[in-house]
Amino acid sequence: MSDITEAGPMRAADGTPLKKSLARALRRQKLRALALIAPLLIFILVTFIAPIADMLFRSVENQIVRDTLPRTVAALKDWDAASGEVPGEPVFAGLAVDFQIAAELKNHTKLGSRLNYENPGISSLFRKTGRGAEDIGKTFMDRFVDVNEAWKKSGTWATLFGDDKWLADQAAWAAAKDKDAKEPPFKLREGVADVLPVTASTYRTFARAAQQDGRKSPVDTKPWPVLFTALGQDLANASPESLGALGGENGALVQEVATAVQGFETFGYRDAFLDIDKGWGDLDKWETIKAYSPPYTPGYFLNAADLEKGPDGIQARPEQQRIYVTLFIRTMWMSMLITFSCLLLGYPVAWLLANLRSSTANLLMILVLLPFWTSLLVRTSAWKVLLQQQGVINDVLVWLGLIDDANRLIMINNQFGTITAMTHILLPFMILPLYSVMKTIPPSYLRAAKSLGATNWTAFWRVYFPQSVPGIGAGSILVFILSIGYYITPEIVGGTRGVFISNRIAYHISSSLNWGLAAALGTILLALVLLLYYVYDKIVGIDNVKLG
Amino acid sequence: MKLMNTLLATSTLALSAGAASAIDLTMVSWGGAYQHSQLKAYAEPYMAEHPDVNIIWDESSAEAVAKLRAMNEAGNISWDLVDVTVSDSIRLCDEGLAKEIDFDEALAPAPDGTPASEDFGSTLVNDCFIPQIVYSTTFGYRTDLVGDTPPTTVCDVFDLEKYPGKRALQKRPIDNVEWALYCDGVAKDEIYDVLGTEEGQARAFAKLDTIKDQVVWWSAGAETPQLLADGEVVMGSTFNGRLFSAIAEQNQPIAMLWDMQSYDIDGWIVPAGLAAEREAVVMDFLKFATDTQRLADQAKYISYGPARASSAPLVGKHADLGIEMAPHMPTDPANAGNPHFYDYGWWADNRDDLDAKFQAWLAQ
Repeated sequence: MSDITEAGPMRAADGTPLKKSLARALRRQKLRALALIAPLLIFILVTFIAPIADMLFRSVENQIVRDTLPRTVAALKDWDAASGEVPGEPVFAGLAVDFQIAAELKNHTKLGSRLNYENPGISSLFRKTGRGAEDIGKTFMDRFVDVNEAWKKSGTWATLFGDDKWLADQAAWAAAKDKDAKEPPFKLREGVADVLPVTASTYRTFARAAQQDGRKSPVDTKPWPVLFTALGQDLANASPESLGALGGENGALVQEVATAVQGFETFGYRDAFLDIDKGWGDLDKWETIKAYSPPYTPGYFLNAADLEKGPDGIQARPEQQRIYVTLFIRTMWMSMLITFSCLLLGYPVAWLLANLRSSTANLLMILVLLPFWTSLLVRTSAWKVLLQQQGVINDVLVWLGLIDDANRLIMINNQFGTITAMTHILLPFMILPLYSVMKTIPPSYLRAAKSLGATNWTAFWRVYFPQSVPGIGAGSILVFILSIGYYITPEIVGGTRGVFISNRIAYHISSSLNWGLAAALGTILLALVLLLYYVYDKIVGIDNVKLG
Repeated sequence: MKLMNTLLATSTLALSAGAASAIDLTMVSWGGAYQHSQLKAYAEPYMAEHPDVNIIWDESSAEAVAKLRAMNEAGNISWDLVDVTVSDSIRLCDEGLAKEIDFDEALAPAPDGTPASEDFGSTLVNDCFIPQIVYSTTFGYRTDLVGDTPPTTVCDVFDLEKYPGKRALQKRPIDNVEWALYCDGVAKDEIYDVLGTEEGQARAFAKLDTIKDQVVWWSAGAETPQLLADGEVVMGSTFNGRLFSAIAEQNQPIAMLWDMQSYDIDGWIVPAGLAAEREAVVMDFLKFATDTQRLADQAKYISYGPARASSAPLVGKHADLGIEMAPHMPTDPANAGNPHFYDYGWWADNRDDLDAKFQAWLAQ
């Protein structure tokens, strides 16, 4: 009876409850297992999952417009593209500052080539404007320097915008002349951003760029002309009271120039830009900039589906630019055809491999594997030699008198060429899984069926074939997925109508540098494969796939 | 004895200094005969003069733009000098991936003292690109397949009645649409104005439509000489150097059609963001490799014209075949009767747009 009083959790030898001790042991085991697979897991994460995630992200990412032209984008919020008029002075004033900064940092051409994907011509507009934009700042610079020579000096700007402590640190650093010590990072003076917001942010960019170069301190770097444009804009908007808050020696300088600014003739930003390039007067350029100002865009995906953003929402692209949907359909359709012809040719070969005497089967196996070990390019080029109009097959047919010399068959640079060459190249991927599945089907089943009265056909179709289906599934998935991603063979033998979507992806990755569009096309391709996989699972069942 | 010691000391010092600064430069080029010409004309003489510099080649110029961008994003530039075409250099310069060059300071003047910027003249097309050679995309034809009247103008390519058979054209819009418009009656200096309009582009494609069924489209420069040699095509466009080697080195029954040859330039860019001491070595090599004599030397190995005006008179004979190279240069007066100057700026703007249209047209 004493057992009952002692009932409670069972305990391990050391007195801890057994449950707890077991859990601890299990956890340790799990951790050990995890540690064992960790190298592989990390490898897959770094080399496979991360790049795919990065690619998915690239297909929607569009921060470059907002990062390069922040003031313009903010001012464009109030502009209505439907108004039919080019944006007003505030937008161009923002552009004047943004563009000069971008040109100093050499970012403007990068943005130009980004927007050129959406609107041809923006690239050269930006390149040309980058060369002329500085003149806007120089106009302001001349006016300021006329008022007081001090504006020319970089020190004036540094004391106006630099934090007192930073200035002291900087001076100490400069005096020390220690090559290894880094210049203290620039710090903006407190309160100056409230009074002169545009200039303060511009100066901060200037100071950071100067420090990043690592050659010169902002205190010694010639001020960018854009600083004068920014200051001119700030002073035009600032109230005299707020300027009083600056105080000190520099406050007096600012107040002096602020009074003078009242006397300047108004600067026409829009006219200045139109002088540099008339393109700034085009409505469609501004529509593009506004449409692509959000940090994320569906633009690449629309483009990948032959759509575009129009004034009334999403619309189809003009007919002479539609290409991707055709290519997607063609890629899918031709890949299925290739898979089917691989199956048709591979099935009997695999059957022979599985059922012949092992010495003969080995020889046959080598014949299957031999082309598999040959370079892909060699095999593709060999098909060129065979299939071309002056090629081996045509020559033989002409020699046999089957075709006329003037009417040689066209078997290459079209879909026939692609399907033939790719079927040959991918055949081993069909034969090998089929073979390994067929090898496991006991030949006695067929004999049993026949001894029970089945004809050859019934025995094959009702008994043998159903057992080989898992091999067909595995081979077909393998061949299909490999073939939709192929691009070198279609490129060489596909001509114009035998190329795949992957050829365009390769073009956008390596040639046009439109990685966003390439990523969108790749994402769609990935989604299509996953969809087909799902459909396959629903119809055939993924459990019915066996590699051996 | 003292002198001896000093001498020994200095030479050891020099040796150790040399060893310390031994540097591997990675140069990127196109491989094949072209890279060989660079090796012979620039790299080997330079390495002979500078034993501390070792030049390694990478044959990645075809993917240079994409690879440089990827390297830049990864923050690790492993190339020191890259051979690219003009259109790629425009992209690289725009993307900030190539260093801007002060030509007169960085490059050697001509022997008579003409500053580099004048000697290179119109081949300097943007701030990052240091030209080497002028090549052209032009036509070659099978002499035995064109009858007694060989083609004389580029418009014969569009004439299926006079010259039946297939033609090889490059699988890209550049050059093809210009030739199409020219043969459709557009004056040479108006081609890009016409091409700038929707109707003009439609007109170019309509002209190409007339031969579309008879065109084999190539994407690698070696394809056309092969297609011509096999008799697959009667005429085809490719780079003039490829045709030269098919004609002069392999004695194929092929002849050149120089009419409306489309000039293009190949040259160096220095990747942006190299370490300062590395960059100094690269710039030193560059100064050597683009001087008048070196550019002229390159023409001994390949039939591409030197980009400097001052190099032209120095072009000599082929290194192995011993034939005069001047008549095989695209810039030779006899060949340059009616050249076409391809508008880099226009194509930089419109390449992607027109390429999409071209691909859609091909797929129709």
